[in-house]
Amino acid sequence: MGKVTVATVWLDGCSGCHMSLIDMDERLIELAEHIEVVYSPLVDRKDYPDSVDVAIVEGAVSTDEDEAKIKKIRTHTKVLVALGDCAVDANVPAMRNPIKVQDVMDRGYTDPETVALQPQIPTENLPRLLPYVRPMHEVVDVDVFVQGCPPSADTIYYVITELLAGRQPDLNQMTRPGA
Amino acid sequence: MAVRSRIKTLKIDGRDVSGHEDESILDIARENNIYIPTLCQLDGLSIVGACRLCLVEVQGWRKLVPACATYIEEGMEVFTNTERLQNYRRMILELLFSEGNHICAICVSNGNCELQDLAQKLGMDHVRFPNLQPVRTVDMTHERFVVDRNRCVLCARCVRVCDEIEGAHTWDIKGRGVDARVIPDLDIDWGDSPTCTSCGKCVNVCPTGALVVKGQPSGEMIKRQEFLVYLSEIREARNG
Ligand code: SF4
Ligand code: SF4
Ligand code: FES
Repeated sequence: MGKVTVATVWLDGCSGCHMSLIDMDERLIELAEHIEVVYSPLVDRKDYPDSVDVAIVEGAVSTDEDEAKIKKIRTHTKVLVALGDCAVDANVPAMRNPIKVQDVMDRGYTDPETVALQPQIPTENLPRLLPYVRPMHEVVDVDVFVQGCPPSADTIYYVITELLAGRQPDLNQMTRPGA
Repeated sequence: MAVRSRIKTLKIDGRDVSGHEDESILDIARENNIYIPTLCQLDGLSIVGACRLCLVEVQGWRKLVPACATYIEEGMEVFTNTERLQNYRRMILELLFSEGNHICAICVSNGNCELQDLAQKLGMDHVRFPNLQPVRTVDMTHERFVVDRNRCVLCARCVRVCDEIEGAHTWDIKGRGVDARVIPDLDIDWGDSPTCTSCGKCVNVCPTGALVVKGQPSGEMIKRQEFLVYLSEIREARNG
């Protein structure tokens, strides 16, 4: 049997979940015998492959780009894992939700209190903010929810090895929101 | 000595148990090490039945009843952990999360929170309801304490402890539904309250990060509740 193909994706998160993933240390070498990472911020590949066994996705859905990405990923993936609190419940990125998008943009790009040089709102090559930041499962179906900010390396290792064994990971005792 | 009430026998989850007629299903379950989740109930305070997490099924009763607010009856058969109850409890928890702004990762009570513990214990791995993103206020006007209404679950423990134990009755709940919120006195800044004695009892009984000590770093905001049963017993003894 060939290796299980895995993608890791970074939407609106801080990359802390990816740090935690790398924190698996030498267990990564063990996992590498069973999995092949086909798409990831750590892999030089631009387009999402046609078919991936497991996608591990960090971050909330905050922009039109995030939304298009996660929808595409869902179509081309067997098992979708929401990794971390941003993916699971939108977490810190969602704190902007009570504020209007225009006000968020002004604060970041033109407000003299926060911007000293060349105040201007970028219009090109930048994903557009959606009115609300949403957790992944409000946009696509999610198969495994992994809470934690970030989930520990042990938790991520457990998730991957359980999935490799063909089981649904039972994360109740492993992690919680904010862990 | 007061005449002790009558003994009743009943079944909880198939086990034969007994208790006094003035005891609740929750009391008897706890005496027999049967776990029923609770949030608003706290030993030493009056019972309000506000959170509904302790709902149980009783054979032959059409409605679910809160274990904390239901006296035992002779021959009743109680079920504490059926699939139906598990579903409802999880739903109640999810509604509590979706109705507030709970961002545990940046909450001072992260790791020392009864709501968070319940989420883990009852297997809430995500919230199925869309978050309401309510705009709620934080009041930092008190010299020593903070109220962050984003984290409040409206359990009314603060209201009860302040009224029943401290005797100040600073706290109340104003508004209904999603607008309900805890207020000091007639909805003034906490720092201006003429009734608050700054005793800190409300902070200690609050199950979440809604009432906290100012400047306390995350991880050290540990609530102490041992005093409560002791104080309420003294009060009862005094009042005869
Ligand atoms: S109050 Fe508890 S559940 Fe709410 S954010 Fe804080 S730690 Fe999380
Ligand atoms: S402030 Fe705390 S104790 Fe008071 S009602 Fe809210 S959650 Fe309960
Ligand atoms: S503990 Fe019984 S209703 Fe809250």
